[in-house]
Amino acid sequence: MTREIILTVNGEAVREAVEPRLSLADFLRDRLRLTGTHLGCEMGACGACLVLIGGVPVHACLTLAVQVDGDAVETLEGLSERGAIADLQAAFHDRNALQCGYCTPGMMMTAHALLAQNPSPDRAEIRDALSGNFCRCTGYEAIVDAIEATASKRAGQPEAVANLPEAVK
Amino acid sequence: MTMVSDSPAHIGQPHRRQNALRHLAGRGRFVSDLALPRMVHAVFLRSPVAKGRIIALDVAEAVTAPGVLRVFTAAELNPICTPWTGTLDHFARMVSTPQTILSAGEVLWAGQPVAMVIARSRAEAEDACERIILDIAEDDPVVDGAAALAPGARPAASGLDSNLCFGTVLQTDGVDKAFAQAARIVEQEFVFGRHTAVTLEPRAIVADYDPACGQLTVHHGTQTPYQFQDVYARHFGLNDGQVRVIAPDVGGSFGMKLHVYPEEMAVVGASILLGRPVRFLADRMEAFLSDIHARDHKVKARMALDAAGTITAMEVDDLTQIGAFSSYPRTSVVEGNQVIRLMGAPYRMPDYRGRLSVVFQNKVQTSQYRAVGHPIACAVTEALVDRAAEAMSIDPLELRLRNVIADDAYPHRSATGYQFEKLSHQACLAQLRAMMDYGALRAEQDALRARGIHRGIGIATFVEITNPGAAFYGVGGARISAQDGAIVKLTPAGDVHCAISVTEQGQGTETIMAQVVADQLGVSPDRVKVMTGDTDTTPSGGATWACRGAGIGGETALRAGRRLRDQILTIAAGILQMQAGDLALRDGHVVEARSGTEKLSLAEIGRIATYRPDTLPPGTDNSLTAVQHFAPGGYPFDFTNGVQASYVEVDVETGMVTLLKHWVVEDCGRIINPLLVDEQIRGGVVQGLGAALFEECVYDAGGQLTNGSLADYLVPMACEMPDIEIGHVETPTLDTILGAKGVGEAGTAAAGAAAMNAVNDALRPFGARIAQTPMTPMRILRALGHV
Repeated sequence: MTREIILTVNGEAVREAVEPRLSLADFLRDRLRLTGTHLGCEMGACGACLVLIGGVPVHACLTLAVQVDGDAVETLEGLSERGAIADLQAAFHDRNALQCGYCTPGMMMTAHALLAQNPSPDRAEIRDALSGNFCRCTGYEAIVDAIEATASKRAGQPEAVANLPEAVK
Repeated sequence: MTMVSDSPAHIGQPHRRQNALRHLAGRGRFVSDLALPRMVHAVFLRSPVAKGRIIALDVAEAVTAPGVLRVFTAAELNPICTPWTGTLDHFARMVSTPQTILSAGEVLWAGQPVAMVIARSRAEAEDACERIILDIAEDDPVVDGAAALAPGARPAASGLDSNLCFGTVLQTDGVDKAFAQAARIVEQEFVFGRHTAVTLEPRAIVADYDPACGQLTVHHGTQTPYQFQDVYARHFGLNDGQVRVIAPDVGGSFGMKLHVYPEEMAVVGASILLGRPVRFLADRMEAFLSDIHARDHKVKARMALDAAGTITAMEVDDLTQIGAFSSYPRTSVVEGNQVIRLMGAPYRMPDYRGRLSVVFQNKVQTSQYRAVGHPIACAVTEALVDRAAEAMSIDPLELRLRNVIADDAYPHRSATGYQFEKLSHQACLAQLRAMMDYGALRAEQDALRARGIHRGIGIATFVEITNPGAAFYGVGGARISAQDGAIVKLTPAGDVHCAISVTEQGQGTETIMAQVVADQLGVSPDRVKVMTGDTDTTPSGGATWACRGAGIGGETALRAGRRLRDQILTIAAGILQMQAGDLALRDGHVVEARSGTEKLSLAEIGRIATYRPDTLPPGTDNSLTAVQHFAPGGYPFDFTNGVQASYVEVDVETGMVTLLKHWVVEDCGRIINPLLVDEQIRGGVVQGLGAALFEECVYDAGGQLTNGSLADYLVPMACEMPDIEIGHVETPTLDTILGAKGVGEAGTAAAGAAAMNAVNDALRPFGARIAQTPMTPMRILRALGHV
């Protein structure tokens, strides 16, 4: 038994027949081969699967594909390709705010949504916003630094450099 | 005269990671992402009980379920793979029983695979799994390691005479005398909980056997592709040349993904039997039930000091609990072995006795995980130092300064037999004191204490083992490479390509190799393409574990680069009719060494050697590829050192701990890339803090894991973690040209010890003490006598 859904994913029209039990994460990864959305816990705890639905971060592992019929879904691939997060990506790259890269899609979604809602968060607010994103590699500080630096740059302020190694200051 | 190219331009610089860009764009290439033509999916039926015997296993309904291709039980799958046994010869008299892919009658932990369903989709395989009828006659499991050693205790597995996997005693002659003559003896019993790696990408494997040509390709999220090439070849009766292991992007490993697991062997076996690609991705709950766990120690320890506060001896008894089997091929004994050998390592302490008992139980295996043994040895030693400081009314930082091996007293042999080439405890402690403004922080602590705010400062010095040679595994008969290899070549257009056996899991291996090679060849690192993680395209080697990537891999890359440099200069000398010794490489050119005058571009060398070798002087070797292997000589291991400090606030009403700040001063030898070194330390610290405060695999009396999900098992999250300030002392090893020692374990080694000392420092006014990890609010309240 399948059901047809019609939606946009990263701006492209998609029309697919899906089983009702298929999760949005599996739909994106296995059906559309958008593998930038990751699965880390399949219970909404780790944040690796976050995607935007109508601009709001949502756990793709807890959402069924049939639920997004008629919606606009955006993944990291979409945000990246339309240039919406170029400064965040550059800040993460500069600050080495990722290691294995598996949490990175979710981190970018949370950071993107945070800065849209609160353009100048302090470090505690950034850490709080990241409270649903698990990273096993970095210890988080570099991620906080990268988001803080992006916010500063967007506000036209000089980049926060306190935590950068001497040679990249 | 090659001094121009010998001056490092890129080693030591904070280069960014080129390979991070694909992750930032959502273009990572993980095994989890791989889809091959005709690929099918494996799902496992697991034992629901910790110990028992299978009475009935009926798969008939699963075989006919929608989408199912095959259901394997032990009878069909096990014969394709020879059993494996996790023992090594250099651990005298250690025992463990052979392991097979699927349980062949006896189940030994809750989660052990019993049957495997292969279906066209994972969902269909999971559906079919539920149709298998499994009946097990339950036995009482062995859950507690101390009880497991009691006389008359039942063995955890049939075939064992007792639950002792391995025991050893390490001692000096003077230890009893040292305790007899001590002015002060402090002692403590500790419990270090089980925790696990929780890599964000769980274990992932796609095995692809091509029966037409007898080739097995395994896409495997692992640190150690060569080890698995050897394992798959030997256990499935193939030649090395028939087995290719590819480790693409790996979503975290930390030691967990270098052990042999039944599921991986099952998938390889199924692919060989079915002749098509088979995929297994552990889900998170399976990860908790089947990934190796870590630690799980009970330790009794005491320390003797003379009247001046000099540590004269330690005596330690460590019980390491490892599950039903010792893991393969590295064993589950290395953890405990390093615990008893690293005790007291930073200190001059002349005498020591360490007793180790490694014990079986009916739980999933424990084995090597980041900072193997270090956090236990460090926490025990440093807690006793703090107890001694308190008992003798000496400032804890001062007591450490009195006892660390002096920076000018190397080489030094520790009481446990380790040879230290050169460490820098005094310099590290001095830098830490300044960095944290120790005196002011103590004053702040006192002032706040008067207002009922209970803060604590904890310090932990540490020594870390890195760059192991063959003494680690090879001498015990393990087929685990003690060396690494690199192929460096100049392309016809003048770019550089480096294929190397060390692997990348995000720590930046490829970036630092590019930096090292670039400096040998006088090019920019962005012109050096580094390839890792494929047994068909890189030379054989040990890969990345025990901090050997930078120290051993980096030295391999350096020597390979120098070899290619010499080849290039020889060709250039022929073209220019000059002496090779008068030439050097700089900025992509062959230059005249003394003047720096550019003579030929590397692109021109590549062009001539590749397309017009006929124009070279007769007899010129036109090779633009250099191969170099490197095995560490000199000391059997390198050692790094450092010191960490933790500043915490304890809410004595709720038992909650707030981490306010963390400091690390660390000496990893030559720093190749400060940006990457600092982030290795920060990530390691947070893994150590997780174990100290949150992470625990909680089992009930029946041997059931009761918190095996990310909703129930607590991992450190951003909002709970402190900012971490890092300082460096740089003492390169003289055993290599590069001088790098490694930095992967340092953060994890001492973070928990510092945190435990900080919490106990905060609790001191209440006469309360905690010596168990994780330090949960309930345990802190219990220590305070509130519950």
